[in-house]
Amino acid sequence: MAEQPSWIQRLLAVPNDNPWKTIGVAVVLCLVCSIVVSATAVGLRDLQEANKREEVRRNILEVSGLMRPGGDIDELFKQVEPRVVDLRTGSFSDAVDHASYIQRDAARDPEMSVALTPDQDIASIRRKAHYATVYLVKDSQDAVSTVILPVHGYGLWSTLYGYLAVKPDGREVIGLQFYEHAETPGLGGEVDNPRWRSQWPGKLLSDDDGKLRIEVVKGTAASGPEGVHQVDGLAGATLTSRGVNNLVRFWVDENGFGLFLNNLQQELADNG
Amino acid sequence: MEVYLSLFVKVIFVENLALSFFLGMCTFLAVSKKIETAFGLGVAVVVVQAITVPANNLIVTYFLRQDALSWLGVTGTDLSFVGLISYIGVIAAMVQILEMTLDRFFPALYNALGIFLPLITVNCAILGGSLFMVERNYDFPESVVYGVGSGIGWAMAIVALAGLREKLKYSDVPPGLQGLGISFMTAGLMSLAFMSFSGVQL
Amino acid sequence: MAETRKLVTDPLIENNPIILQTLGICSALAVTSSLGVSLIMCIALTSVTAFSNLSISLIRHQVPGSIRIIVQMVIIASLVIVVDQILKAYAYEVSKTLSVFVGLIITNCIVMGRAEAYAMQNPPMASFLDGIGNGLGYSAILISVAVIRELFGAGTLLGLEILPLVKNGGWYEPNGLLLLPPSAFFIIGCFIWILRTVKTRQREKIAFQIMDVQVKEHA
Repeated sequence: MAEQPSWIQRLLAVPNDNPWKTIGVAVVLCLVCSIVVSATAVGLRDLQEANKREEVRRNILEVSGLMRPGGDIDELFKQVEPRVVDLRTGSFSDAVDHASYIQRDAARDPEMSVALTPDQDIASIRRKAHYATVYLVKDSQDAVSTVILPVHGYGLWSTLYGYLAVKPDGREVIGLQFYEHAETPGLGGEVDNPRWRSQWPGKLLSDDDGKLRIEVVKGTAASGPEGVHQVDGLAGATLTSRGVNNLVRFWVDENGFGLFLNNLQQELADNG
Repeated sequence: MEVYLSLFVKVIFVENLALSFFLGMCTFLAVSKKIETAFGLGVAVVVVQAITVPANNLIVTYFLRQDALSWLGVTGTDLSFVGLISYIGVIAAMVQILEMTLDRFFPALYNALGIFLPLITVNCAILGGSLFMVERNYDFPESVVYGVGSGIGWAMAIVALAGLREKLKYSDVPPGLQGLGISFMTAGLMSLAFMSFSGVQL
Repeated sequence: MAETRKLVTDPLIENNPIILQTLGICSALAVTSSLGVSLIMCIALTSVTAFSNLSISLIRHQVPGSIRIIVQMVIIASLVIVVDQILKAYAYEVSKTLSVFVGLIITNCIVMGRAEAYAMQNPPMASFLDGIGNGLGYSAILISVAVIRELFGAGTLLGLEILPLVKNGGWYEPNGLLLLPPSAFFIIGCFIWILRTVKTRQREKIAFQIMDVQVKEHA
């Protein structure tokens, strides 16, 4: 006696060109795939966000030269204080909370940002958020020793996001590091090369008259007094080098953190 | 207007999908033996690119981006992780719809382009175009310009390569290098030449 | 047993997807300037190919012809998203370097090509092995290109210094062209040349041949 085929077997036996079967297969497949995809995305989200958070902290510590091999990131990060700056006035602001504020999203929001004119927009970022989170590193006397500014601008393939660490005088660079970009591996991607990055510390953003001088030059930086304002370009990555040049110049100038750096300097002069 | 024109020129010459970003290479090398077929494929790519990039732009803006569903009254969503599957889904669906529309209303055009359309779904240049559009945060009008421009750039590159390969008939190529080998070399030289556009800023 | 082994080894040289079938070249050109990145790309692509072949082969009798392509696409795209998410969680640095190219695995013709050409007709286990074999064939080329480009272009392998560069006080002057994307075209072109000189069977039929013609002069 033949066994009655179960409903699954009967379902599988429906010819493939039956339109209901077509729809059925499509629906089942979509369900299965969406469950797999969502499960992975949701399951791994915490890990991904932890990665991102830790990376931000590690980058800030690295760019300011505080990172030691084997150092505990949370412990080291205690000397760093995040503060929100209003770029329009150049002073600290409590209008937004630094923990939840995302500058990248704010830059898309017409109420939270301002469109840049083509003349101003040398870093090709189009819109600039009103607020930015800066990080202040304090030494043991509670005096600010390093100011870390978030910077971004367009390179060859992508927007480069990074941090620029400067001394509180707003002139001397302590470090420049990018944490997100999609430049060509091996060419523009060399912005991550420690050897290239090691040129930045000690460079002066402006000359004694306060004129903005920092420049990523094509080829090798000049020796002599000019060299203190110049950084070697990346070989084979003219557009990335130009992008880095433009974004640094944009963010330390009047449309970027220029006002803030001036205020900070003023404050130091008053206190000192 | 100026912005769009500059984007248009930039995407054709400076940021050519085929020669600067090496997208769509499989079809680029396989379908470039004759100028005629290369031209047909090129036109198909322009059409599909011009439709899918703006379509994906709408999908991203109104569905996937963080808080994109606020027009439905839903906030706090971030569906960007399903981005990849949505883009490719939109591309596949658009290609299918285009194929059926052409077949029904423009049989002559269908006969000319029809065979290329299935190839296009798996062309990295199409998906790459959408991914770059998302990556660079283009708004809707820009995405239209980007779609059309990147398609034209790709079409131009494949027609040029086909032209070179037709001329190659008259060269004495070593037997091991015949066909595919020499095409790789030619494409390499072409992209080297196109790299000189990379300094151009508009 | 020999049959099974052939599934894996055949695509390495005899039937290499990149060299012989001109498939999956885009990513081969763009990510091969550093070996580490290429290795991750190879692992990602091989696992996507293997698992997409496996799952497509499992449901091959139930898929209506009219939605065949889109079914394959959905499966592949889901697998790529899973791989992308895993990379972001466990290999964050590399996933940033690979950027859009992980996504472009979806349109990598090897994955789609094997699904359509092999997995739709063959049982799951064989399809799985076929996927691994083709993934490895792709990896073999990608890794060789990456070794050449990173070693001679930057003097390093996996970021470790092998040839000390002149600018760091060593003796090796790197060939910058190798770091530029067009060099991958030339290297793959040379691979094809070498392979086809050794294995003459793989040569293409010569469409046009230059002939020596004796022209008789009529006085």
